Amino acid sequence: MRLRPGLVTDYDSDGAIFRSSVTRLWFGLLLVGAVILGLGVRIPIVPGVFGIQLEADIRLLAVGALFAAIAAIGLNIVTGLAGQVSLGHAFFLGVGAFTGAILGGVEVSRQVFDLETGGFAERTILYGFDLDLIVWLPAAGLVAAAIGLLVAPVAFRLKGLYLAFVTLGLVFLGEHVFREAESYTGGVGVGRDTGVPEVLGFRFDQAGEVFGIFLSKNQKLYFLGLILLLVMGLAAKNLARSKVGRAFAAVRDRDIAAEMMGISLTRYKTIAFVVSSFYAGVAGALLYAAIGRLEPAEFNLLLSIRYLAMVLIGGVATISGSIMGAFFITFLPTMVKWLAGFALFGFISTTGGVLTTAQFEQVMFGLLIVGFLIFEPLGLYGIWIRVRNYWKSWPFSY
Amino acid sequence: MSLLQVLVNGVALAAIYAMVALGFVIVFKSTQVLNFAQPALLLLGAYWVVYFATVWNFPFYIAIAIAVVLSALTGVVVERTALRPMVGKPVFAVAIMTIGINTVLTIFALDLIGVNILGMGDPWGLQTLQMGPVSIGHRQLAAIATAAILVVLLLAFFRYTRFGLAMRASAFDQEVALTAGVSVAAVFAVSWALAAVLAMFGGLFIGTGFGLDRTAGVVALKALPVVVVGGLDSIAGALVGALIVAVAETMTAFYQPQYAEFLGRNFSQVVPYLVMFLVLLVKPHGLFGTEEVERV
Repeated sequence: MRLRPGLVTDYDSDGAIFRSSVTRLWFGLLLVGAVILGLGVRIPIVPGVFGIQLEADIRLLAVGALFAAIAAIGLNIVTGLAGQVSLGHAFFLGVGAFTGAILGGVEVSRQVFDLETGGFAERTILYGFDLDLIVWLPAAGLVAAAIGLLVAPVAFRLKGLYLAFVTLGLVFLGEHVFREAESYTGGVGVGRDTGVPEVLGFRFDQAGEVFGIFLSKNQKLYFLGLILLLVMGLAAKNLARSKVGRAFAAVRDRDIAAEMMGISLTRYKTIAFVVSSFYAGVAGALLYAAIGRLEPAEFNLLLSIRYLAMVLIGGVATISGSIMGAFFITFLPTMVKWLAGFALFGFISTTGGVLTTAQFEQVMFGLLIVGFLIFEPLGLYGIWIRVRNYWKSWPFSY
Repeated sequence: MSLLQVLVNGVALAAIYAMVALGFVIVFKSTQVLNFAQPALLLLGAYWVVYFATVWNFPFYIAIAIAVVLSALTGVVVERTALRPMVGKPVFAVAIMTIGINTVLTIFALDLIGVNILGMGDPWGLQTLQMGPVSIGHRQLAAIATAAILVVLLLAFFRYTRFGLAMRASAFDQEVALTAGVSVAAVFAVSWALAAVLAMFGGLFIGTGFGLDRTAGVVALKALPVVVVGGLDSIAGALVGALIVAVAETMTAFYQPQYAEFLGRNFSQVVPYLVMFLVLLVKPHGLFGTEEVERV
């Protein structure tokens, strides 16, 4: 078999996380690259001519992309793997973000004039419990998962578009609750501070020395994100190749046939929803903890669509695709700004030409969804597969 | 304000919902595609009326006629450029595709509308007709009348014209319709044109009276629960759904601040979605939707 690399001869190697030592090597190199970039070192691609470096100003974006990737993996589990279209991802992100903020955030109180006693009294206007990240991060995931479990009974009765509607309704209901629960969420336009990313006294949101290396706040968060993404990504990958993952695929491809084979639709659709919500909850809590502030109006339909776009543009039902998609969408505004610098794109301007950069970004976003669906349904992952296959068969590319 | 007044307001709102919802139903019935681009089509269509009636100073009804033509064209162009390549792709992918279209079109529509509230140039204004204890706005009457006329026209179109028959045939079974010589492509184009025109009328009546602004597209999103309540593929369902949802919404808007204040401000805005949840819990295909027959 040594003459046919990539030939699968048994189930174990078919379901392996890394199918060959080459993939393992590349994965290792990628990881090392990510760590080096995180440390702020320049990686020379062509020495002296071209290299990559994570500049300080885009480091926060990279942090956001890492956390968004976790959420995108969550959406890909329910929508890509299990085939249950969910437009409600923003809602679960919001649940996680607010749970994290309430448990990890600080209580805010204010002197209020009390009419009954005629004096001033201390009144809590924003609840917060100031707990450690070890508590609020899993809690954010678990609360989101619990709500996912509540929604599941409606979800598994429905199929396809009707399910999309219900999850869409969830976003609107959630937005309303977030807006109105002002003593927890701070209210529209005001918002509240998020939980402090602090593990047993180690602050992720302050610059400082770690093992003798000075790291900025964003670098620390970057490594937190990298580690969590690695753990949760591998967990998702394992889920996909386990019994549960195969059941998901069966439900997605033909639910009636799956049921005939003894796969309980109720059970697996519920699992998909719960796991996906857990990922969204964790990612939501971290994403906004990195920014430091969150506001109820952010968790709207547009956010859901952003995550769907990540899944679609990255690659449906692939974990690495979700990560690629998350990075692509997060860096889209930066790319648009960069494009606007070229004369060819003179019609975009920040001062109001035909389109502003923000508008152009939205248009690009829509066009990318449309374009990928028409021309490359497998997403960025599909492009990567084609590039890979080209080199695999080189020089005999048909 | 009496219960009767609340009901009348509900019916007027239902007329607007019904127009937008019919657009969803027609597209879904003939192409099995869910048209998430409706909010953008609504904004764009309403803007054309504003543009021709107030900027070019055409008579209001001429402006409507031009807007109808332009909206129909937009519908056809969208169908040709973006939807045609998606034939045979999963429903989910096509639905997401329409979300993408919506994003692009909305940007242009909002760019045109700008940040101000635009007067519609309509002849009704805020005049009202007093009938005993109930007052009805002229624009509300116009909305109800237009919705009624549109429904009758649509039903007649489906019932008595050859093309309507072709549309019903391809809604029933596309392949069989094709073998019988129906141009399914033309059916798709016409259904998108109809949806865009219906959305335009919805936008028109949202804008009359108080004016059109950037938030008008939200109404199209509330027409989604309407079609779900009625059933995605039923014209009668869209009408009944519109009535249920709109009356529930106006009733909540009136009574909830008095009796259930803890539910928060603007609670009525999410009532359509609550109604949708309740209906789907009982009937997963809506009240009048066709239940999918599953053969093994």
